[in-house]
Amino acid sequence: MLTDNPARKTSVSPVSTAVTFDQVVKRYGDHTVLDHLDFEVRQGERVTLIGPSGSGKTTILRLLMTLERVTEGVIQVNGQPFSGLPEKQLRRARRHIGMVFQQFNLFPNMKVLDNITEAPVQVLGLSRDEAAERARDLLDLVGLADKADVHPTRLSGGQQQRVAIARALAMRPDILLLDEVTSALDPELVQGVLDVLRDIAQATDITMLCVTHEMGFARDISDRVLMFDGGRVIESGPPERMFSEPEHERTRDFLGAVL
Amino acid sequence: MWDWHTAREGLPLILHGFGITLLATALGSLVAIVLGLVIAVLGRAPTRWVRLPLRAVVEFVRSTPVMIQLFAVWVLAPGLDPLTIGIVVLGLHYAMYTSEVYRAGIDAVPRGQWEAAVALSLPPIRTWWGVVLPQAVRKVIPALGNYVISMFKETPFLSVITVNEMVHEANQFGSDNFAYMEAFTIAAAIFLIASYPTSMLMRKLEKRLAH
Amino acid sequence: MSFLTAFVRSLPSIWDGIQITVLATLLGALLALVLSFVLGLAARSRHLLVRGLARAVVEFFRGTSLYVQLFWLFFALPILGFKLVPLACAVLAFGLNYGAYGSEVVRGALAAVPRAQWEATVALNMTPWQRMRKVILPQAWPQMIPPFNNLLIQLLKSTPLLSLITVSDITFQMDQLRSATGDTKAAYLVLLVIYFVLAYALTLCMNGLEALGKARLGQGRA
Ligand SMILES: Nc1ncnc2c1ncn2[C@@H]1O[C@H](COP(=O)(O)OP(=O)(O)OP(=O)(O)O)[C@@H](O)[C@H]1O
Ligand SMILES: [Mg+2]
Repeated sequence: MLTDNPARKTSVSPVSTAVTFDQVVKRYGDHTVLDHLDFEVRQGERVTLIGPSGSGKTTILRLLMTLERVTEGVIQVNGQPFSGLPEKQLRRARRHIGMVFQQFNLFPNMKVLDNITEAPVQVLGLSRDEAAERARDLLDLVGLADKADVHPTRLSGGQQQRVAIARALAMRPDILLLDEVTSALDPELVQGVLDVLRDIAQATDITMLCVTHEMGFARDISDRVLMFDGGRVIESGPPERMFSEPEHERTRDFLGAVL
Repeated sequence: MWDWHTAREGLPLILHGFGITLLATALGSLVAIVLGLVIAVLGRAPTRWVRLPLRAVVEFVRSTPVMIQLFAVWVLAPGLDPLTIGIVVLGLHYAMYTSEVYRAGIDAVPRGQWEAAVALSLPPIRTWWGVVLPQAVRKVIPALGNYVISMFKETPFLSVITVNEMVHEANQFGSDNFAYMEAFTIAAAIFLIASYPTSMLMRKLEKRLAH
Repeated sequence: MSFLTAFVRSLPSIWDGIQITVLATLLGALLALVLSFVLGLAARSRHLLVRGLARAVVEFFRGTSLYVQLFWLFFALPILGFKLVPLACAVLAFGLNYGAYGSEVVRGALAAVPRAQWEATVALNMTPWQRMRKVILPQAWPQMIPPFNNLLIQLLKSTPLLSLITVSDITFQMDQLRSATGDTKAAYLVLLVIYFVLAYALTLCMNGLEALGKARLGQGRA
C-alpha cells in the first residue's frame, strides 16, 4: 500500500513541517468557524480532513490558499509565517501551494492546453514551449493527451477536473490542496479522477491536504486523518486506526454515518 | 470668469425654462408610457401584418436621431405649437424604448399565468388587463423610470425647434449678457440636482422590486 | 432644380458630412471606451477614495445632460482660456458622457464573472494585473458588447449636435441641400435613412465582435 512506501517516508526529515496552524481563529461576524486551531502537516505527508458539514474544512484550505484571512493566529508554510502579509509577499507564500476546486474553475476563455500553460508562462516565466511540454506530460498523466486543443466547456465534469489537477501540478507546488474534488461529479466519473490522484500520490512526494467523502480513497492515500468538529481537531491518527477503532464518540458517529 | 451677480440675475429666467422642461418631460413621458404599452401589446398581435410593420417602424425610429425627427416634424407641420411637437416627438421616440421594456416584462410573465387565464375562460381583455399587465408592469417600473430620466436630459433638443425650455433660456441669457459660464453651469447644476436623487430612487425601487 | 439632381450634385459634400459624423462618432466612442474602463475599474478599487472619486465623476457626467456638457465646453470653456476646436468639444463631450454610462457596463460585467474564476487565478499565483488581463476581462467583454452597442447607437444619434456647434457634419450638409432645393421632406428622409444605415452598420460590427468573444469562451459555434 502507498502509505507503507518506504522510499517516500525516508525522504522526509522529521523536522521539516510543510504547514503549521498556530492558534488559528477564523470568524465570520460573530460565528466562530475555527477556534484556536492547532495542527501541523509534515512535508510529503498526505492528510485527509474529515468532519461534519460546516465544521470548517473548506475554510482551512481557503485560508492556506490565501483566499481568506485569519482572524487571529498564524499560519506557516515551510516555516514561513504568512498571515497578514501584503499582496506582494503573499504571492511568495502562494508559490508553494496549489489547489484543486470542487467546481474545477477552469478558465472558459482558454483551451485546455492554455489553461495549463498560462500560469507557468505568466507566473513562473517559462517559455511557451517549455510550458507546453510540461502541460502535455501532465495531460498524459491524467489521461487526456488528446484533449489539448479542446475548449473546457466541451469536456465532461470528470475530464474538466483532471485538467484542473494538471493545471495545479504544472505550477510544481510543494503542497496540493484538494477540496471535495469529486463531489460535483456524476458517480461514474468519480473513479477516473481518484485514480489520477492515486497515481500522483504514488509518483511524487508532494504534500497533500485533502477534504473528501470518499473514505476508500482516504484510506488508500492518507498517512493521517484529522477529524474536525466545533472548530478544532478532535481526533487524529492513521486511517487504519481511525476508520476501524475511532476513540472519540463524535468520530464514531460521523464515520458511522458516512461509511 | 464667474460673477455671482450675473448668476443671480439669470437664475429666474433659467428656472422658468426649467418649468417648461419639467412640463415637457412629464407630458412626453405620459405619451411614451401609454404608447409604449400599446405598441408592446400590438407586438403580440396574432397577425404578421401588424407585427412586422410595427417592428420596422420601431427599429427605424429608435435608430435615428430624435433631433432630426423633431426638426422634420417642425418644418413639415407649420403652425403647430413647437412645445406640442416636442412633447409628441420626444414621447414617440421614447415609446420605442418603453415598448421594448414592456415586451420584456410581458415575456417574463410565466406561461402558466396565460394558461390559467385560458383555463378560466377569461376574455382576452381581462387576461391582459387583470392578469398579465399587472404582473408585467410592476417589474418594469424602474426601467421606465430610467427612461423618463433619460428623456428629461434630452429635453434640451427641444430648443432647436424654439421651445423655450431651460437650456434654450440659458443659451439666450448667456448670449445676451455674455454670461455663458454662469448660464450653462447653472443649467448643468439644475440637471444634476434634479436627476441624481431621481435615479437613486429608481435604483432603490429596482432593488425593492427585485424580490 | 429637382431634388435628385441637386442631391447627386452635392454628393461630394454629403460624403464629407458623413465622414465627419462617423469620425466624431468613432473618436467619441474611443474616448468613451477608455473612460469606461478607467472608471469601471476604479469603481472596483480597494481604496475608498478611488471608488468615491470614480462614483462622483460618473454621477456628474450622467446627471448633467450631454447637451449642456457640449454647450458648456463650446461656449463656457473658452472663457476660462481653453478654446477647443468644435470637433474636439464634441468628441470630449461624447467621450465623457458615454464614458460615464459605459463605466457602469464595465463594472457590471466584471462583477458578473464568477468569483470562483478569481479564486482560481489566486491559486495559480497570478498577479492582479495578470488575473484581470488573462482571465477576468476575456470573460467579461462579450457581455459588455450588447450594452456597449446600445450606447454606441445613442452616441451616433447625438451627433446632429455637431451641426449646432458649427461643424459641417451630415446634418449640416443635408440642411444646406434642403435650403437649396426647398424639398424639406426628401432632405430629412434621406438624412434619417443615412443615420439608419449607419446605425445598422455599427450594430453589425458589434454583433461580429460579440460572436468572436463568445466563440473564444466556447459558447458560440466552435
Ligand atoms: N464567506 C462566509 N461568510 C459567512 N460564513 C461563512 C463563509 N464561508 C463559510 N462560512 C461558514 O463557515 C462554516 C464553515 O464552512 P466550511 O465551508 O469551511 O465548512 P465545510 O467543513 O467545508 O463544510 P462542507 O462539508 O459542507 O463543505 C459554515 O458554518 C459556513 O456557513
Ligand atoms: Mg467544504
